[in-house]
Amino acid sequence: MPLHFELVTPARHVRSDDVHMVVVPGTEGEFGVLEGHAPFMSTIRDGALQIFKTAGASPETIEVRGGFAEVGENGLTILAEHVEG
Amino acid sequence: MANLKELKGRIKSVRSTQKITKAKQMVAAAKLRRAQEAAEEARPYAERLNAVMASLAAKVGDSAAAPKLLTGTGSDQRHLLVVVNTDKGLCGGLNANIVKEALRKAAALREAGKTVEFYLVGKKGRAPIKRANASAIAKHFDTSDVRTPGFNEAEAIANELLEMFEDGAFDVAHLIYPIFKSALAQNPTVQQLIPVPAPEAGDVPKADAVVEYEPGEEEILEALLPRYVRTQLFAALLEREASEQGASMTAMDNATRNAGDLIKNLNIEYNRQRQAAITTELIEIIAGAEAL
Repeated sequence: MPLHFELVTPARHVRSDDVHMVVVPGTEGEFGVLEGHAPFMSTIRDGALQIFKTAGASPETIEVRGGFAEVGENGLTILAEHVEG
Repeated sequence: MANLKELKGRIKSVRSTQKITKAKQMVAAAKLRRAQEAAEEARPYAERLNAVMASLAAKVGDSAAAPKLLTGTGSDQRHLLVVVNTDKGLCGGLNANIVKEALRKAAALREAGKTVEFYLVGKKGRAPIKRANASAIAKHFDTSDVRTPGFNEAEAIANELLEMFEDGAFDVAHLIYPIFKSALAQNPTVQQLIPVPAPEAGDVPKADAVVEYEPGEEEILEALLPRYVRTQLFAALLEREASEQGASMTAMDNATRNAGDLIKNLNIEYNRQRQAAITTELIEIIAGAEAL
């Protein structure tokens, strides 16, 4: 089952994808989000998101600054003020 | 009565003015589309942030731990009006309308016994507001050195405002900016910026009780409030951009049409005079020939 992942900045909708897992650098430690994760909200420290397209694939990284993560029924949404890469 | 040469000169000058207004109109039309797209792109972020804020604010609510940005300083004596104007002219009555709205709000607040200061964004609001309120202008922010103001500018403005708020320079901030309705209508609106008005939860909050927060709800809310202010300013800048181009397009369309009318009238005048001159000459020749 894929995880629906969205990355949004004030200027544009950066990504909207179905992926296997995303590792998010939360303020209180990194956490990985898989499909079916419990509803969850966290602020993010400035750092890299790691996106695993499929299980075991090498991750794609996206640098975010000023971020906020929300996990709900329809997957993971990251709101970030700045995105690089 | 202007002579033929003068008329010719005037026709030429009006024609070149028409060329300029026509060019500006086409540029504005192209930029308007881009500005509208940018506004469209910014919507998802604002909506999501709004939804999160609404659910959090409802939860943290009036508890004593709620951050100052949400509850205010406890007084509403000193007001700051953040007025968003454009940097360039040639956009009809847009800036005049914004300034009028700002001054109206200021007058209403002063009537209620509050003190009012201005924070001006964009060049075109400076002169008219300064004329009436020279001492009340706290600061202005220049957006004219960048081509299209983006999130970085919004961030800079918001950070400065938040700093002023932290330092206790004002109690309440209002944002005054034009809302883009269509190329014909841009309404200046006043909106409270700080303290952040609790966003209204759109629909009934769904089973939110199980949501986990990391760190706590209050910390998240505290981190999100400045972001919300920044997003508001960014939205205002985008609206301003679209409004400016829309107003410019309409104003330049009118100007082009007026110039066209003027040219038509001048041409008629020119032809009539030329004909009169020819007729006079003919009469003179005929009269001369008959006299012989």
